[in-house]
Parts: sequence; structure tokens; C-alpha cells
Amino acid sequence: MAEITVQEIIKPENLVYKKTPLMTDKALSYCPGCGHGTAHRLIMEVIEEMGKENDTIGVAPVGCSVLAYEFMNVDMQEAAHGRAPAVATAIKRLWPDKVVFTYQGDGDLAAIGTGETIHACNRGEQIVIVFINNGIYGMTGGQMAPTTLVGMKTSTTPFGRDVSLMGNPLKITELIAQLPGTYYVTRQAVHTPSAARKAKRAIKKAFENQVNKIPGLSFVEIVSNCNSGWKMTPVDSNNWMEENMFPFYQLGDIKVDGKLIEK
Amino acid sequence: MTEEIIIAGFGGQGVLSMGKILAYSGVMQDQEVSWLPSYGPEMRGGTANVTVIVSDERISSPSISSFDTAIILNQQSMDKFEPTVKPGGVLLYDPNGISRPPERKDINIYTVEGARLAAEMGNTKIFNMIVLGAYLKVKPIVKLENVIKGLRKSLPERYHKLIPLNEDAITMGMKNVNEVQTV
Amino acid sequence: MGELRLMKGNEALAEAAIRAGVDGYFGYPITPQSEVIEYLTSEKPHERTGMVVLQAESEVASINMLYGGGATGKKVMTSSSSPGISLMQEGLSYIAGAEIPCVVVNVVRGGPGLGDIQPSQSDYFQAVKGGGHGDYRLIVLAPSSVQEMSDFVPLAFDLAFKYRNPAMIMSDGLIGQMMEKVELFDPMPRMTDKEIEEKFPWATNGKPVGKERRIITSLDLDPARLEVHNHHLQKKYREIEENEVRYEMFDCDDAEYIIVAYGSSARVCQKSIQLAREEGIKVGLIRPITLWPFPKKQINELVEKGVKGFLSVEMSAGQMVEDIQLAVNGRTRVEYFGRYGGMIPSPEEVVEAFKNKFQED
Repeated sequence: MAEITVQEIIKPENLVYKKTPLMTDKALSYCPGCGHGTAHRLIMEVIEEMGKENDTIGVAPVGCSVLAYEFMNVDMQEAAHGRAPAVATAIKRLWPDKVVFTYQGDGDLAAIGTGETIHACNRGEQIVIVFINNGIYGMTGGQMAPTTLVGMKTSTTPFGRDVSLMGNPLKITELIAQLPGTYYVTRQAVHTPSAARKAKRAIKKAFENQVNKIPGLSFVEIVSNCNSGWKMTPVDSNNWMEENMFPFYQLGDIKVDGKLIEK
Repeated sequence: MTEEIIIAGFGGQGVLSMGKILAYSGVMQDQEVSWLPSYGPEMRGGTANVTVIVSDERISSPSISSFDTAIILNQQSMDKFEPTVKPGGVLLYDPNGISRPPERKDINIYTVEGARLAAEMGNTKIFNMIVLGAYLKVKPIVKLENVIKGLRKSLPERYHKLIPLNEDAITMGMKNVNEVQTV
Repeated sequence: MGELRLMKGNEALAEAAIRAGVDGYFGYPITPQSEVIEYLTSEKPHERTGMVVLQAESEVASINMLYGGGATGKKVMTSSSSPGISLMQEGLSYIAGAEIPCVVVNVVRGGPGLGDIQPSQSDYFQAVKGGGHGDYRLIVLAPSSVQEMSDFVPLAFDLAFKYRNPAMIMSDGLIGQMMEKVELFDPMPRMTDKEIEEKFPWATNGKPVGKERRIITSLDLDPARLEVHNHHLQKKYREIEENEVRYEMFDCDDAEYIIVAYGSSARVCQKSIQLAREEGIKVGLIRPITLWPFPKKQINELVEKGVKGFLSVEMSAGQMVEDIQLAVNGRTRVEYFGRYGGMIPSPEEVVEAFKNKFQED
């Protein structure tokens, strides 16, 4: 039998995966095992598939994904902490035919930026918000986030989140789903291939709503892990997320076509 | 010619709009004007005043502390602005609601019964136009035709039908100004 | 000659925004400048020119809307008054760092804190020294009439785009609430999206086909590179100082003393110098139109001409006087007189203060 060389294997018909050109070649700054990279890729794949790379403006937050603009190969703006929905509002209002999205973490979207989030959702801005919820402040070294679970240890809740002292974890996604300005609200994950495929479908639906000029905001929460902040191995963090985060932050659609899903 | 005027009374008496019409009249005859209101919590029911300057020259300070003319429509304003009239200047007031008449001997004092006349004409809203008429009789700094033009400019179109009534009120004021003292 | 109208300063500014081809106004109501957004919404600018007007949920949101809109190359503006402008400082710092052109209007009121709603100039330091964190400057224009409330809108945008820098129109409650005659300039068309895309290659409005994508950010975690960026900013600021100083002089030719005042207080002082000259005092007035860049050179020239003293007249507790002192650098006397908390000095008061400060001369 003739010997097959590596060069002969690398042929278009044999390719099972190709990095979207809408991700830059820069090495991701995220910790190995973190879900941010996957979430970035899914968004960029959707934009590529929709043929919108020349019409998209993304808004990066402050937090771990502050450098999202280094990796997403479209026009990008870096917003002040929490203000991405306001920044995106103006872009979309001034360029109604462009595709505008924000990419925000839990501290950015659900703590310092709660006002901007709620009002952009309530006005029904025709933008996509992608919300990464890992229950912790990764960038600054693992402090409590508004979404930190009860009893969860962080560097500012060293004995676990105590509701009497620090209040309850905030389900902001359920909250904004109540607002008439939101059209599509869903919660997804990206820690397994099947979860990532589902998440991609959700992200695509969100962007299609915008491109099709359906009135209202589309909001995709992605419950993700933070193995560094949670002080676990990547595999343990994914297991811990399934056991602890998912029961509280239940995956699935919350509002579809402007209607709340009955549970 | 430079005429520096303070108009002061209760909010709701039409103090600010009287000033506005006067200022617009100045604009209509190519004069320089400024209109500086008291603003903020001093709204309806509280005291309101406006400084109007009409001049042939560029106006320096729109904010001034002494006046050629004070038009005074309530007691608080009398207490506050009687002392600010320049010697030889004019104080015009509506005696209705004034418990302490002006005491200065070095200024010209006139009255007009604006509130009573407005009631007699059956429309309290034209009170300020009656007072404006009285003022223009004492100091004809702008021509009546320019006041009408000013009214036309400053009133929204849907109120233009009220211009003849306003003109009547101005004429009524002109006829009913009383001289109390001149120096 | 343009259209002549009697307008409040705030209204003239709003009308000028529509006529100047502004693409977006984002603001939050606050006394004494709410007439700006009230006028804009009642004028239906979307029908007149396609201009977007949005009442934001806060001043914080407003300034970040300017960040987003300005970063796409559109002409965007906001207006507020002192407490609201304080809320915008973080956003202004980001905007300056990311070099986004935009116009911010401050109709200043008395402070500190909630203060009052009467005219004041006590935000001078905040306006001319940057205001937020980091080394940056705003181009600051100080109108002293309703006419200038209108005229400075296109001027501020010209400067903002020329230097890719935020520009501020620093007015106050007196100029905002006062009505004067104003000659409105003829409407200028808004730029088309295509014109914007061609003219501003830095703007993030969708990656051009076959070209590199653009990034608008004020972040650079590498201190050496951030220093280079700061060098670039400082060079730009020196250029603005060189080219963009604007001022007005009154009776300065034979003046032995000079009053320095801007905005409302410059109007008051125009009367004060008339009164002083009636008494035989040779006093002139220099009115900075740009508060930053400050007319240092012009003050310096007056010092060299032998002026015996400068009096800074402010509606603040001695802020601009520091910039005069820096320009004069100890070579002649610099005094201060002001009212604050929303009080306006009277022309006579200024003359009195002038005599008290310089009476032994």
C-alpha cells in the first residue's frame, strides 16, 4: 500500500473544521478551559455565515473580555464599564442598517451597567446583547459578581455568599425578559459540543431578528465557567457548573417571538 | 436710546410674556434687545420677574441692578424693586394688591388698574397687555404697530385670532394710566 | 442675512444643532438647560434633517451614547448642567483617550453638590483642566450671547473633527435662559453615510471590503505604548494651543488695567469698563472665548505693554485667576473678584471691587 503523506491528507474535502476568518490569528488571552473563546467564535461564525462582516460593529465591555476586540475581526469599540448598551444604542440609531452587538460579562451587564441594560432592553433597541455569566469577576481576581451563587466562595465572599450580607444572586435575564422591549431572550451554555451547537443556533436567531428588523432586542445569556476564578481544573469547573449553576440558571429559551415561555 | 426695565409680579400674571412681547417689538424696529427672566422654582404662584433692555446700541450687561423703569404687580416686588429705580426713572404699578404704595420722592410714579380693567373686559388673561399699554403711554419706546408685529411673531399661530383683543387691551391701558407724581 | 429670531440661548443652541447637520443628540433633562431637548423634540428634527434625538436614562448613558455614535464618524452632541456634567467625566475621559469627536454643552449652575439652578461659572477647573481621569484636554468655548450659543455649535464641531477631540460649549444659566436677537445661519446638510465612510477612515461603521477592520478603544495595557499614545495626545494639545486661541478685547489699546472675564461675567464687565471709564479710569477687558486653550500669549503681550494689573472677574471662587497668574508669571499684579453660588456680580460691584484692589495705585 502506498504511503500517504500529511500534505495529501490536508485537502479541502478532508477538512472537518476551519477557523472563521472573522477570528483574528491572535492567541486568546483567556485562561485555558474558559468558555469565552468558544462564545467569541460562535458569534463570529454566525456573522460570517450571514455575510455581515462588512456591516457589523461590536462593542466590547470591561472585564475578562475587555480585549474581545483583539480577537473579533470586525469593526469594534471598547466601551466603559457597563455602558456597552448605551454605546450600542447610539451606533444602531445612527446606522440602522448595520448589525450591532454588545458582548458583556456579569459584572459589566448586571452590576455597574444594570441601568443601561434595562433601559436599552426596555426601549427595544434593535441590537443583540450577548451576556457571559460565570458568577464571578475573573479579570480583577475572582471577586463576587451579582450572579455569584448563594454560598459560593469568592475573594470577597471568602466564607461563601451570605444572603443576609450580600443579597441574592441576580437573575437579570428573567428580569429583562419581562420588558416589552425584548423580543428574544434565551440562556445557553458552550461547555460541550452539543451545548455549543445549541448556543450557536440561538445566537444566529438573535442576529437574524436584527437583520430582519424585527422590533425589539435579542438577548443571549451564556452560562459559562471560570476555572481560574473558581479555583478548579477546567473539567471540574464544567462539572461544578452543571451541578450548581444550571439548577439556578436554567438553560433554554425564556422569551421567543416576544412571548414568555410557560414553564 | 437705552431703556432698562424690570417687570415683576406673581407667576401666572403674564410677566414674562409681557417682557417677551416688548422685546420682540424692539426687534421689529431693528433695536437691540435682551430678555432675562427669573427662572426655576419662582414659577406659577411664586414671584416672577424679567429684565428687558431695549437699546439702539449693543447691549453690554443683560443683568443689571438699577432700572429706568420698574413695572410692579405685587407687594413683594414693590418691596424688592422700588429701591432699584434710577433717580428720575419711572415706577408703574397696579394698586390692586398693593398694601404699601411707593414712597420714593425722586422718581415718576404712575398707576394702572390692570386687574380691574381686565375683569371689566371679561378676560383676566389680557391683564398684562393692559399694563403694557399703560407703560407704552408713559414711555413710547416702541411703536404700537411694532408691538402688534411682535405679538404676531411671539404668539403661536393658533392664538393669532386673539391679536385684536390684545390690541384693545393695550389701547385700554394707554387710556387709563394715572399720574401719581412726576419729578 | 440669515433668519432673525428672538430666542433663548438654549433654544438657539438647539436650533443651531439641527442647522449644523448634527446627526444625533442624546441627553437627560436638568435645569437650566432642559429647553435644549424640549426644543429638539418639538421641532421633529427627524423630519427636518433625519437627526436622531433620544432622551437617555441618565447623563452617564448620554455621554456613552456620544462615545458610540461619535466613534462611527457621526456628529453627536449632548447638553447638561453641572451635576450632570460631573456624571459624564468618566465617559469624557474615554472619549478623549479614544480620540472621538463630539460636542458637550454645559449650561453651568451653582454648586457644589446639587447646589442651585442659578447661573455660575464654577465648573471652570473641571472644563479646562480635563475634568476626568488621565492627561487630556477638552477644547472649551465660552459663549457670551445668544448669538454665540448658535454660532459656536458648528464651530465646536469643526474643532472637534479637526482634532478628533471632544469640544465643550461652556455656557451658564444666564446665557441659556436669556432671550436675545439671533441671526440663524443657513442650514448645512448632514453628511451622507458614504461621505462619512470616505472622510473618516478611523470610524467604526463596518469594516470596508478588502480592508483592515478598525478599533476604537482607550485601552492599552502596555505602558510603553500608552506613553507613546500620550505623547501623541500632548502634541495634539500643543498644536491646539498654537492654533485655536480665540478671544475678544474691549478698550485695551490705552488700558492701564485689564479685567479678564468670560461668558456672562464678560457681559457684566463690558458695562463695568464703561462705568469706570466715565470716572476716568483707563481699564480694558479681555474676554477669553476659548477657555482652553487660554489666551496666554495675549495676556503676556499686555504685560509687556506695561499693564499695571489684571482683575479676574468670575462667577466662581477664584478659578480662572490661576490661569491668568500662570500667564503673567509674577510680572505684574493679578487680583480676583467674584460672586458665586449662583449670584451674578453687578457692573457697579465690579467697579467697586476694582477700585478696592487697585486703589493705592
